[in-house]
Amino acid sequence: MNTLAATLGQARKSQGIWFTGIAVFVAAWFAIYNQLLPFAQWLVTQLPIEPGSHLASSVEFFFYDTPKVLMLLTLVVFAMGVVRTFFSPERTRALLAGKREGLGNIAAAHLGIVTPFCSCSAVPLFVGFVSAGVPLGVTFSFLIAAPMVNEIALGLLFALLGWKVALTYLAFGLAIAIVSGWVIGRLHLEGWLEPWVREVRAGEVELDDQHLTWVDRFEAGWDAVKEIVGKVWYWIIAGIAAGAFIHGYVPAELLSGIMGGDAWWSVPAAVVLGIPMYSNAAGIIPVIEALLGKGAALGTVLAFMMSVIALSLPEMIILRKVLSLKLIAVFVAVVGIGILGVGFLFNTLFS
Amino acid sequence: MKDIKVLGPGCKRCQTTEEMVKAAASELGIEATVEKITDYAEMAKYGIASTPGIVIDGKVVHAGGLPKDDDLKRWLRA
Repeated sequence: MNTLAATLGQARKSQGIWFTGIAVFVAAWFAIYNQLLPFAQWLVTQLPIEPGSHLASSVEFFFYDTPKVLMLLTLVVFAMGVVRTFFSPERTRALLAGKREGLGNIAAAHLGIVTPFCSCSAVPLFVGFVSAGVPLGVTFSFLIAAPMVNEIALGLLFALLGWKVALTYLAFGLAIAIVSGWVIGRLHLEGWLEPWVREVRAGEVELDDQHLTWVDRFEAGWDAVKEIVGKVWYWIIAGIAAGAFIHGYVPAELLSGIMGGDAWWSVPAAVVLGIPMYSNAAGIIPVIEALLGKGAALGTVLAFMMSVIALSLPEMIILRKVLSLKLIAVFVAVVGIGILGVGFLFNTLFS
Repeated sequence: MKDIKVLGPGCKRCQTTEEMVKAAASELGIEATVEKITDYAEMAKYGIASTPGIVIDGKVVHAGGLPKDDDLKRWLRA
């Protein structure tokens, strides 16, 4: 009894520490964040670089964007890490099993955003869903939404480019996942799964409720920060360097000629270019920011980004274990056409 | 003698989980056989949808992400 009281006291105390720590951290975060631009400008004046030159504008972009993106990333990843403790693939599957197509596709696409799973879990997840009676099309809606509507990309877009861009990205990403999954479901391609996938039946699983406290959730958020920021920071630096180069050196006329709204072929080119490219969503955002600043059309840029993060060769190779080549081809075609459609629609709407 | 299975395709997390299970068992002085299951069909039969998973004496106790050390010891003692 005493130990129980002691444990509870301990838990309350560390919960208090967490809440205070987060409050202090957020306050400091905003204070520093507001000083980043003046600091970057000051830093550039201290360097032996001619003011107003290409190099100065590249270097300033780099010095400003690097801390900015890393700070934003930390905040977004922490928040998402906490949110994700409320979801698990097993719970999501229970919600989706036996759902009708249509509504099921809509639910699956949304759950794909918030359900945590690492890329090495893609195959167990796929098999686990299909074998538990989640329809194939609904499973695809989940699998398409999970990488395409990337919560980190969403948070960074919101912070760097405003809520309009972020919201349209979210809406179109969800729409592609829902419609693509629905189309794949309508095509009745269950026969194109690898045979063993069709035969396996999922066992019943009853996981004990793990009774997460707020401290557990905060710790999960912090673990996510350590893991994700620790893993993607060099992608981000590379992305910012590329963005800085575009920002400083690539002439706006050239870029808006190639990637502007008038060049109809730029959207398909962006999608095709994006498939073999594989970058983390966080690394591609600074490039997007710089491209948009130079007059590239939003639809073209978003199509490029979605193609880079949602159609990736490594994922297809992993999925080959459960899907036949024909089914992978259908998957790529349906998602690719969806991205194309979004790109064109966007360019038309915002031109 | 506990029969423990770690379910996972062999990614980093799955290996870490296996090491954690072994360490926890030896720390508690519990005799256990730890078997690694990498076959996807086998995994699905246990009903998990995320890896790494842990099965102790035929019962799934964990799925998805690294287990917590405290939980691991609780499951091993049960």
